[in-house]
Amino acid sequence: MEKPIIELRGLTKCYGALKAVDDLNLTIRKGEIFGLLGPNGAGKTTTILMMLGLTEPTAGTAMVCGYNATTNPIAVKKKVGYMPDSVGFYDSMTALENLAYIGRLNGIPESEIKDRAFEMMKIIGLADAVDKKTSAFSRGMKQRLGLADVLIKQPDVIILDEPTLGIDPSGVKEFLALIHQLSRQHGLTVLLSSHHLHQVQQVCDRVGIFVGGKMLVEGSVDKLSRNLFTNENYVVSITLREAPPARWEAEDALRQLGNVQQITVTDRVVEISCLRDITPDLVRFFVHKGLDVMGVHKKEYGLDDIYEKYFENNLAENNTHEKPGRTFQRSFFKK
Amino acid sequence: MKNLAVLSKGLSLKNKDYNIASGNHVSPSGPFRVMIGKEIADHIRSWRFIVLLLLIGLTFFGAMHISLSNIKTAVSNIQDPDRLFLYLKLLTTTDGTLPPFHVLLSFLGPLLGISLGFDTINSEQNAGTLTRLMAQPVYRDNLILSKFVSAMIIVSCLFVSLALLMIGAGLLITGVDIAPQEVLRIFSFIFLSIVYVGFWLSLSILLSIRFKQTATSALTAIGLWLFLTVFYKLLVNLVIKAMIPDPAFLSQEQVFAYNGLMGSILRLEPSQLYTDATTTLLMPSVRSLGPLTVEQMALAIPSPLPFKESLMIIWPQLSGLLAATVFCFALSYYLFMRREIRC
Repeated sequence: MEKPIIELRGLTKCYGALKAVDDLNLTIRKGEIFGLLGPNGAGKTTTILMMLGLTEPTAGTAMVCGYNATTNPIAVKKKVGYMPDSVGFYDSMTALENLAYIGRLNGIPESEIKDRAFEMMKIIGLADAVDKKTSAFSRGMKQRLGLADVLIKQPDVIILDEPTLGIDPSGVKEFLALIHQLSRQHGLTVLLSSHHLHQVQQVCDRVGIFVGGKMLVEGSVDKLSRNLFTNENYVVSITLREAPPARWEAEDALRQLGNVQQITVTDRVVEISCLRDITPDLVRFFVHKGLDVMGVHKKEYGLDDIYEKYFENNLAENNTHEKPGRTFQRSFFKK
Repeated sequence: MKNLAVLSKGLSLKNKDYNIASGNHVSPSGPFRVMIGKEIADHIRSWRFIVLLLLIGLTFFGAMHISLSNIKTAVSNIQDPDRLFLYLKLLTTTDGTLPPFHVLLSFLGPLLGISLGFDTINSEQNAGTLTRLMAQPVYRDNLILSKFVSAMIIVSCLFVSLALLMIGAGLLITGVDIAPQEVLRIFSFIFLSIVYVGFWLSLSILLSIRFKQTATSALTAIGLWLFLTVFYKLLVNLVIKAMIPDPAFLSQEQVFAYNGLMGSILRLEPSQLYTDATTTLLMPSVRSLGPLTVEQMALAIPSPLPFKESLMIIWPQLSGLLAATVFCFALSYYLFMRREIRC
């Protein structure tokens, strides 16, 4: 198997008594888009900073592109483009100058810098704003310029910390599509952290859910939902044109179909949970009974549910153990 | 809004065979020089620097105008052993309307240093550029070093060009040749002034690392400056007066000892060091910075000292200023290297 491009082993970071990152193990292969998901303050940014050698881990190692990020940060930073969550630019300089400065710091020959910066501006769709001062940029434009800034050094890995923060929904879609496309075209490995589940779900090959400094689970979205909801049943909700009568004799007939566990009727919607996927049988049944079916919806579990489920579990755990780091909750309620 | 994905289609990141900068192929100017270049450009383009430049320029030309109009009386004053040093006279002569240039500089120098340095690190941090910069393949100390060096380069250029302007104007107006000793003295004075500004620069860089808000660091630096120039002397006098016994009951040696002690305490303050040193350099007849007894002065002819002797007198002052500068810079270096990059 190919050597992983990012390999974290037992990575731990303590700030005093608080464990920001707790014994984290993670491997990311080349060309993957990995989503690091977690609520605010889960330790995502700390983890990323450790990967870049900007913060020293308390224990463990972070190997990026085959270099140890703690002992050899310069080599890592040559290969990795990082966009911080609150990306900022030198306001007195134009967008192009900002890009060119970063290019020069990365040792791009002077003759190529202008061309390359132009090309980056074109890729991110800001070709008209090349000579504008960055102080006049909107948040979304800055975010895109941040991406150009990351790409100009032609990295092997790009790490984006909350890249979708502060962009409007359509902008987010384009931004993520662009990242996805770049990753596929050039074999870029992408690590993006976010607390926006839906967005991550759109582009990531694999996600890791990260709460309280611990990686709770990782894998593809499908795998996660399968693991998590094995005990759950298939739930099919069928919308009818007219609400079925309150005391409905067809219920018993439905139960005869087998595998049906529970039937709930709310207004015009019949929700049926069953052990196996018997959606076609159900529809056939309704049609046979002469009921007008307006819509059939099979419930699928998305990242939201997964995330919520894990987050719930973790919260429950915290409450029973009363971690010393979370005392603010208690003291708050005492007042 | 344009569709980014569509726009980027067909464009490729690596379609042109750019030389990808690798470890052994770095552009001729390393990142450190690039950073210095950017910092200098930033300074020169900023309004702050233009205002400072105008201020220093005005002071300089004001002082020069006054000294030039009084140069005749100063040079023909037989009582003055320094009267033959025309160019030093240009720097020190005054008719009382404006203090001479070197005294003005002891006030303006700190202002120059503080305003060039008070927002070095915290403004980068507040703008969010610090993390972005640190994610590039540059060493962390390159940043702070480039900030310091670029400001020093600017200050040095400013002072050296002012000195050369002064010498040139003097040559044109008076037609008197400049003596080698005067050149040495003037350039030592310039060097001293640069070190003095460097001290305030490194102090303000230190404060900019320590405080997150630029306003706080600027105010603290100005507060320190005011305290040292105005209140420190006052405070020392007050305390010493309260401590020492009545001079009437003291022998002469004891009075000298107390005076010496007071002088040493006053010299903890950098502007005192600077004033002492520049006075000695620009007025060759100054023989000592402390009090002299009548016995020591007996039979001495009031004549200018050679350059080397003046330099020996101010050696402690010079090394003190350098030490203070280096100390502040080392401390800020230490703080910056150890700190968390984001908070």
